[in-house]
This record gives sequence, C-alpha cells and structure tokens, in this order.
Amino acid sequence: MLLYILKRLGLAVLVALTVSAISFSLLFMAGDPAISIAGENAAAEDIAAITERYGFDRPVLVQYADWLVSAAGGDLGRSWYFDLPTTEIIGDRLGVTMTLGLLAISFALILAIPMGVAAAVRPNSLIDRAALFISVVGQAIPSFWFGLILIVVFSIKLGLVPASGSDGWKHFILPTVVLGYYATPAIMRLTRAGMIEVLSADYIRTARAKGLAPRKVLFKHALRNAIIPVISLAAVQMGFMLGGSIVVESIFALHGAGYLAWESISRNDLPVMQALILVFSMFYILFTFLADVLNAWMDPRLRVG
Amino acid sequence: MKTWKLLAGTALCASLSAPAFADKASDTVNMAFNKELETADVYFNTAREGLLLNHSVWDGLLYRDPDTGEYKGNLATEWTWIDDVTLELKLREGVTFHNGEPFNADDVVFTVNYVTDPENGVKNMANVGWMDHAEKVDDYTVRIILGAPFPAAEEFLAGPVAMYPDEYYAEVGPSGMGLKPVGTGPFKVTELEPGKHFVLERFEDYYGGPKGKAGVAKVDIRTVPDTNTQIAEFFNGTLDFLWNMPADQAEKLDAMGKYQVVNAPAMRVGYITMDAAGRAGDTPMTDQKVREAVYHAIDRQAIVDALVKGSSEVIDTACSPAQFACDQSVEGYEYDPEKAKELLAEAGYPDGFDIDFYAYRNRPYAEAIMGFLGKVGINANLNFMQYSALREKHRKGEVPMAFLTWGSNSVADASAITSEFFTGGPQDDARDQEVIDWIEAADSTNDKEERQALYSNALNKITSEAYWVPLWTYNVNYVMSPEMEFTPTDDELVRFFSFGWK
Repeated sequence: MLLYILKRLGLAVLVALTVSAISFSLLFMAGDPAISIAGENAAAEDIAAITERYGFDRPVLVQYADWLVSAAGGDLGRSWYFDLPTTEIIGDRLGVTMTLGLLAISFALILAIPMGVAAAVRPNSLIDRAALFISVVGQAIPSFWFGLILIVVFSIKLGLVPASGSDGWKHFILPTVVLGYYATPAIMRLTRAGMIEVLSADYIRTARAKGLAPRKVLFKHALRNAIIPVISLAAVQMGFMLGGSIVVESIFALHGAGYLAWESISRNDLPVMQALILVFSMFYILFTFLADVLNAWMDPRLRVG
Repeated sequence: MKTWKLLAGTALCASLSAPAFADKASDTVNMAFNKELETADVYFNTAREGLLLNHSVWDGLLYRDPDTGEYKGNLATEWTWIDDVTLELKLREGVTFHNGEPFNADDVVFTVNYVTDPENGVKNMANVGWMDHAEKVDDYTVRIILGAPFPAAEEFLAGPVAMYPDEYYAEVGPSGMGLKPVGTGPFKVTELEPGKHFVLERFEDYYGGPKGKAGVAKVDIRTVPDTNTQIAEFFNGTLDFLWNMPADQAEKLDAMGKYQVVNAPAMRVGYITMDAAGRAGDTPMTDQKVREAVYHAIDRQAIVDALVKGSSEVIDTACSPAQFACDQSVEGYEYDPEKAKELLAEAGYPDGFDIDFYAYRNRPYAEAIMGFLGKVGINANLNFMQYSALREKHRKGEVPMAFLTWGSNSVADASAITSEFFTGGPQDDARDQEVIDWIEAADSTNDKEERQALYSNALNKITSEAYWVPLWTYNVNYVMSPEMEFTPTDDELVRFFSFGWK
C-alpha cells in the first residue's frame, strides 16, 4: 500500500511539472510580460528597462529552467506585479479559496445526496420532479447572474449578509451557496442514478426479503454502494471549484486564489501563475487520490489490483 | 449587459425602500477600486489608482491648478531656472511627514537621487528619468540637475514626482513604503491590506498649501472587481462613490433620479494608426490616398453619440485637448464615404481590399469602425488581442492598421503623446523625418511659444498626411450619493482631498 501511495505521489509531481511547463510556454505567447508590468501608459524606455531588469530577453526555455531550479529549492520566485515572494501572496489567498471550496462542496453534498436518494426512492414522483427542476435550474443559470440576484435579495433588500469582502464568516454565505449550487446537479443526478440501479439489485431484494428495516436497507446497503462514484465525482468537483471560484470570488470581492489566478493571467504575472498552476494541480491530484483511497476503503472489491 | 437589465429592474424595486446613504455622520467616504494595486509605493506602481493615492498621500514640489493649468508652489515655494538644465527650488519650511519627520532639502535630494538611480528599478522611469540628480544648497534650497533640457519638468514635478521622507525610506525601502506609506499629503494611510483595503484619514497637521486640508475625515477604499457588485453596494449604501462607471450603467443610474452622476473628460484619446512607413510590408496603408480614404470613411461623431457618449468629443489633433501645445486648429477630414470610395479608386483599389485590423479594448467601438470601413470596401479582419500582445506586435512593426488609445499618464503636455509615437521609436508608423525633427526640437527647448509652434507644425502634418485618424477623447463617469460633493477635473485625477458633504 505504501509503495502504491509513493508511486501515486511521484506521478502527481510529474503531472504537475508537465502542466506547469506547458502553461509556462503558453503564457509567454500572451504577449510581452514587460509591457504588462510596465502598464498601459508606459513609455518605450520603461519597457526596455523592465525587459532588462527581469531578463525577459533570454530564451523562454532558459527562463523556465531557472524557475524550475528555484522551485526545486522551495523558492517559487517573486511576483512580477507585486514584487513580493509568490509563496507569500498565494499563502494569503489559498486559505480563502480552500475555505470556500470546502464549504461549497459540503453544501453541495448536503443538498444533493438527500435529494438524489429521495428522487430515486420514488422515481417520477413530485419529489423526483422537484429535484430534477432544482438540478436543471442549477445547471442552467450562470453563477455570475445567480450571485447578483442573491446580492440584490439578501444583501440589498433584506440586509442580512454583506455583499462583498472576506473579513468574516458572513462573507462566505452567499459565495458558498452560489459555488455549491453549481456543483449540486451532477452529484444529485449521479446519486439518483446510482440509487435506482442499486435498489433494483438482487442483494437489496434479499435484504428486504430478510425483513430488514427499510431505512437500514436504504442507507446501509444501498447508499453505501451507490455513493462510491459520487465520492470520485465530488473530488473532481472540488478540483473544479478551486479554479471555478474565479467568477464567484470576483463577484463577491473575495480575495482568494481563484481571483488571483484570473488577475495574474491578465497581467502576465508568470511566477504567480506558475505557482498557482502547480498548487492547483497538486490539490486536484491529491483530491482524486484521497477519493480513490476512500473508495477502496468503502468497497473492498476495488482494493484488488 | 443583459445582467444589468435584470439587476437594474430588481435593484430599482429594492432601491425604493430608500437605503441609508453615505457615512456623512461619520465623515467617511466609502469607495471601491476595481483592480488590485501592485503596491502603495507610487514609484513602483503603474496603475492610475496608484496615481490617485499619490496625490492624496504625498505632495510634489509643485502643484498644477486643475482649473487654470497654472503651476503653483507646493513643497517648493519658489523655483527658478539657473540654466536650461538646472532648476533651483526654495522649499517650504515647517512641513512634517505623517511620521513626524520634518521635511527639508535632504528629503528632496534623497528622493530624486533614489528614483533616478536605475539600480533601484523604479517602474516608471519615464516619469523620473529626465532628472539626473539633485543637490542640496542649504537646508531649504535644492537644485535639480537635468540630463538634457526638458520643458515638461514643471508638469512632472507637479504630477508623478512625489517627495519621500529620506530617513524612513532609507530604513524601510519600497516594500516598507508599500505597506506603511508615509508622505506629507492631506491624507495619511492608517490601514492597509495589500490589494484589498486602504483607509485614508485626514492629516490634521497638514500645512495646507494649494491642495488645502482634506474636506472629509476619512476615505475608505476597498477592492471590488465586479462593477455590478459595486452598484449593488452603492444601492445598499455601503459605497458612496463609484468611479469609472461604463456609460450605459451611468445613464441608467442617472435615469433613476436619485443619485449624482457626473461625467468629465479624460486625458485618454482614441486613434487609428496606419503603417505609412511600410513596416508591416507593402500594404495599401503606405498610400496616402488610402489613409485619407480611411479618415473620410468613418463617422466618428456617430460612434461618439451612440457608444462613447458623455463629454467625449471628436478630435482631429493627435493629442488630448487638455494638454499644453495640443493645437486644436488642425483641420481634419469630414465624414464622406463617397469621397473615400473615389480616393480608393484613385489609389488603384476600386473594389476595396482586405486588411488586418488590430484592437485591444472597446470591442464595440472597433466593430463600429469596421462597419464604416466595410461600407467603402475596406474589409477589416479584426484581431482583438491583449494589450501586451498587441503592443509587442506593434513594436515589431507587424501591424498594418490598429485602433489604439493613449492616456499620457495624465501628463498635461503634448510631449507625453507625440514623443512616444512620432519620434522614430518602435511605435512610430509614420517615420517622417520632418515630424521627428519638429518634435525633438520642441522637446528640448523651454521656450513655450517656440514649443507651441513646433508641435503645431508636427500635429498639422500628422493629420494632413493622415498618419493617424485621431478619433475621440474618452470620458469618465462618477456616481455619487446625493449628499456628497465632488467636482471632477479633466485630467481624470480624483483628488480625494476635494471630497466634501453638502
């Protein structure tokens, strides 16, 4: 098992580096970083000075190799825009995004799993249709629009929660709902489909025939099996949320890593982008890895091979 | 802008419940920036937001009266040109920095010598590179020595060149100044979370000077990137001042009749540049008749009326009317599509031609321009790019035709635009030696009349040869709560110290 984990971690680092190398070269195609740093009103001499100071006139491969050597030593470079250590900037922001991501995925799971189970128990009933409706709406409405509507209703009209900022727990309520709701439909539909399939399985019929309590059949026997693909999906969704929080963080002025990523792209701040891509891909890989372990623990059949 | 329609409808209903406005009671103006600042140290900041902080937290040696354009003493009380490259300044006595450090000649010498040293890596070298160094004459007299004559010196000393406290800056450096700014200005920074939040409080010991004491006790600035969220917060009363609102949203807020919506010109101008010098190969743009046809083909007034709006105006001179020596008598070309077709036929393009057309902002404006060009047979293929990518391409001479803009860093002198684009540099598509000579001569004399005449020659030739199609000036919309008082100026600098209450 330890060897398996080590192999997976080694693979994770390789994947992150590959993603990082590709993104490094792609980002350089987005234009001269010296112009981005110098700003829109910069005179030609400013751009020349910055190009020289930051060494942008060197080949991209050399610049990437330099970055790689520093990164291996734990130094992810300095932000070209803020002129501060990248780790310092990302450290501050990652906490906000991780909090939001965890809250949102919890919100999605709490909403979607019971809805999926209820819909599966009575297919085509009113509950099933209501769940389908919520799911379709969640999938169809863009998060920026949903966010603004929530601001108008709960912040402006009712004055219950702040519209923007990231200073306290109240600031996380609306962003959690928006981001969590976005992940709800997929989890709900997968739970429903899984439950319908499992509920028609022979061992469930047997369990019922043995006279087990319906609740026990539903939650201990059926849900435990139906939820395995949901765990994998939730891990993937969590990965998406780290990146997908860009829009939500922008609307609610949450100063998280998602918004930082977006801004760093637009201002060609490559060291920050590089570090974020590395951190995001590591998290993504970590989540899928944890989901695999959890699944293997829940379903002994998966441990074989 | 469909989002807006929905939001406006709902918010209209919401706003009927009369939100609590402005913190007049606590004497605090709440406002938002929509972008994160690199740092509060103005010499390492390239954003306009940084320029606004500069004017409120620090002082320059001089001050330009935004109404009259006249230069007044600020931290300096008198200034005299000893010769073309030596400026002697008498400094104001009794001024202190926010940390209690007294202001004197050592601060000026330190600041100038620090920012002009390339080793220190100041980002806007163009703002300071015209100075060579400074020398102390006595405690309250300094001399600034220039590398070469630089007629816009006063403008820069009244603008981006802020005076820093020597002892404090030597100790903390740019990163310390970025986190705990210290100046002599009407506001001191009392709270700062990088990129997130700034609190400016009135500096009670401010000496006054031409800026006067701050009209409000506090300005609280947060970063709120989304415009719609800013509007929602404005409805909610948690923001009192919105800056840079897009025209359509400003119009709708104005139509609600409850808020003050003020529009003012900006120094930014839009233009079409055409590759007359043939840097991008042998395109039709090397033919003057074709360039004139482009000029005749576009109904600039129609685009201003329909899209740019506000106080924007059509221009024929390749600079901002708010800049010194930007001759407004230059004669442009009327909108005349028939004449454009004739010129194209004379140039050997009776059926028009296809051309790559580049732009980086205001896509609807670029598309409107393309629509007009299409009507005379010029089929422009739009390449809409990020600014850094387009400017790089342009510098390499690979752009036959582009819709671009220039804000001149709010420097109210024609040199801030002409020197960048018409002196043979990497963005000069004309490469006209006569124009280059005129501008270089204008840039190196302190005689105002002579400068005006030289710029006028250059600007007239730029238009008569149709190197550019100067398009329009930009404008800025300010939205304020009904209780606030603020009069915008045409240099797009929001002077926080001039905020007040009714």
